[in-house]
Amino acid sequence: MSTRVSPLLEVCNISIDYIGPNNTCLKAVEDISFTLNEGEMMGLVGESGCGKTTLMLSLLRLLPVAGRIVSGQINFRDHDLLNLNEHEMNQVRWRDIAMIFQGAMNALNPVVSIGDQIAEAIQCHTPINDRGRRHAAVDELLELVGISGERAEQYPFQFSGGMRQRAMIAMALACHPHVLIADEPTTALDVMIQAQILELLDSLRRKLGQAIILVTHDLGVIAEVCDRVLVMYGGVMAEYASVDTIYNNPAHPYTQDLIKAFPDLSNPGDKLASIPGYPPRLDQLPPGCRFAPRCRHAFQRCHQEQPRLYLLEKNHQASCFLVENERIFGNSNGKLPDLGV
Amino acid sequence: MDDHAASDFRSFFHNLGHNWMALAGALMLIIAILVAVFAPWIAPYSPKATLKISIEDIYAAPNSAHWFGTDDAGRDVLSNFIFGARISLIVGFFASFISVFIGGSIGIIAGFYGGRVENLLMRFTDIMLVIPDLPLAVVLVALTKPSLLNIIFVIGILGWTGTARLVRSQTLSVKERKFVLRARAIGSSNLHIIRQHIFPLVLPLMVANTVLVISLAILEESTLSFLGLADPTNLSWGQMLNFAFTRGGLSAGAWWALVAPGLGIVWVVLGCTLLGHGLEQILNPRLEWHHLSVGQKMVERKSGQMPS
Repeated sequence: MSTRVSPLLEVCNISIDYIGPNNTCLKAVEDISFTLNEGEMMGLVGESGCGKTTLMLSLLRLLPVAGRIVSGQINFRDHDLLNLNEHEMNQVRWRDIAMIFQGAMNALNPVVSIGDQIAEAIQCHTPINDRGRRHAAVDELLELVGISGERAEQYPFQFSGGMRQRAMIAMALACHPHVLIADEPTTALDVMIQAQILELLDSLRRKLGQAIILVTHDLGVIAEVCDRVLVMYGGVMAEYASVDTIYNNPAHPYTQDLIKAFPDLSNPGDKLASIPGYPPRLDQLPPGCRFAPRCRHAFQRCHQEQPRLYLLEKNHQASCFLVENERIFGNSNGKLPDLGV
Repeated sequence: MDDHAASDFRSFFHNLGHNWMALAGALMLIIAILVAVFAPWIAPYSPKATLKISIEDIYAAPNSAHWFGTDDAGRDVLSNFIFGARISLIVGFFASFISVFIGGSIGIIAGFYGGRVENLLMRFTDIMLVIPDLPLAVVLVALTKPSLLNIIFVIGILGWTGTARLVRSQTLSVKERKFVLRARAIGSSNLHIIRQHIFPLVLPLMVANTVLVISLAILEESTLSFLGLADPTNLSWGQMLNFAFTRGGLSAGAWWALVAPGLGIVWVVLGCTLLGHGLEQILNPRLEWHHLSVGQKMVERKSGQMPS
């Protein structure tokens, strides 16, 4: 488990809306809180379209034009990123929080050489005017991710998919960020490359001590490298706990189903479970728990009322009425404890 | 770096060599430029020399002394034609640079910033687009003094609309690509993103477009000169046509005074158009044959291996 250190990044009750045509509001992310300690690797899982990327982009304040952060705080080292002006935010971007984008193929400019693109990140924050030293810095970063420095002069199309992904990681490390957001860094790569990339991330974390947020669909990956896991469903937190708890003692039915939907190698003959139905559309959110229409255990109350996030034990939170009675004192989302049971 | 830049150039010239349109256009333009540059050495007579002429020298048919004949003032048509190339090309190049500069800036700014800025700039472009160019140019040239510089400016500030729309559309597609978001995440300023990420991807289209705009500018200059709105001391092709037309060249049956400048204009405009379209094919990947194009040569089986 993660060593007990002060939180580096603290996200409190953040909510993000997308403004649709005619000023309609789509609640893409609602009331999410988590903390990230130094050197910690946090996993973020959930179905496509449940708000993972939106949440991650909001940490850099890079939402699409329609996106609005409507409430909450993002505390990075005791100051709220949402209070900074655009210029100060530009300082935080990449130097403090860097991001490995989903699909590195598109995140590289096809007409600029890899080396120049990595140098671009360096020049933005800690300019090195000496050409030789700049090249050395770029080479060093590339070597770090296992690409020989000679290839810095090549263009993205001369790299394979996995190499581009690694080049993207090198770029993310260029300014020695404290927090690294890896948004599905292994999507579209085969399992061998995937394993290499994850190993690389893990070893970098050990070597350089960065905190990493790993966004993925792959629970196997999470189990292997993460300390804590945040499970999102339809824009809200379903469960937030240490990786052991998530796998051995999941409280939320969605987490349970998600784990069941993952093939078990010890019983290869088993039929794979699936969760019937589809994730909710943001413009047609159910009135109660967002998972209720698909939940096996849903009862009357689930369809009428949104469950709060209950603190079950230290480091284990879940938002489900089923575990309401198991919660230890109050609830964790900062509101007054509900004692009227 | 230099190595790859060189290989890029090599592949560019390789493509150019396989594109007959671009090649022919480039050749035609190069010939025209060489003629213009070396005019004083090529031309048999100086256009500014004072002439002593007799009545036979006016509209004299082509002969050994005057290969293309003479015009209404007894001047050598070939020499005028050669020196006229200079004016046409100078106007063509400079006016199109002004056009592409204005159009490129407006297109990139409108495409990149979007919203109200885009609306304002593009509606302005639309207005410029629907105003008929020629009457406006005539009015503007008539209002200012008809000099070479004024003609360049008038043609330049009227011809940028197509470029602006083209560049804007390309900017719109480039700015939505992920590396722009990545550049923002790095903390780059808008100016840096435009310079480093947008401009290089828009540039190829702008180059191809420039060549097409050059041909339009040359045509426009010839039109204005033909209408008598050019500086009469600098004889351009359009003006040669004007003189031959208004000073009895047709009734005198002096076809040589009209054919030479007319063909000159066609030559340069055709050269620019061919090169422009050729460059567009090479530089615009959308027009390129790609790996999914269907064709007979895709199957390269030896005849002996045909399944029975």
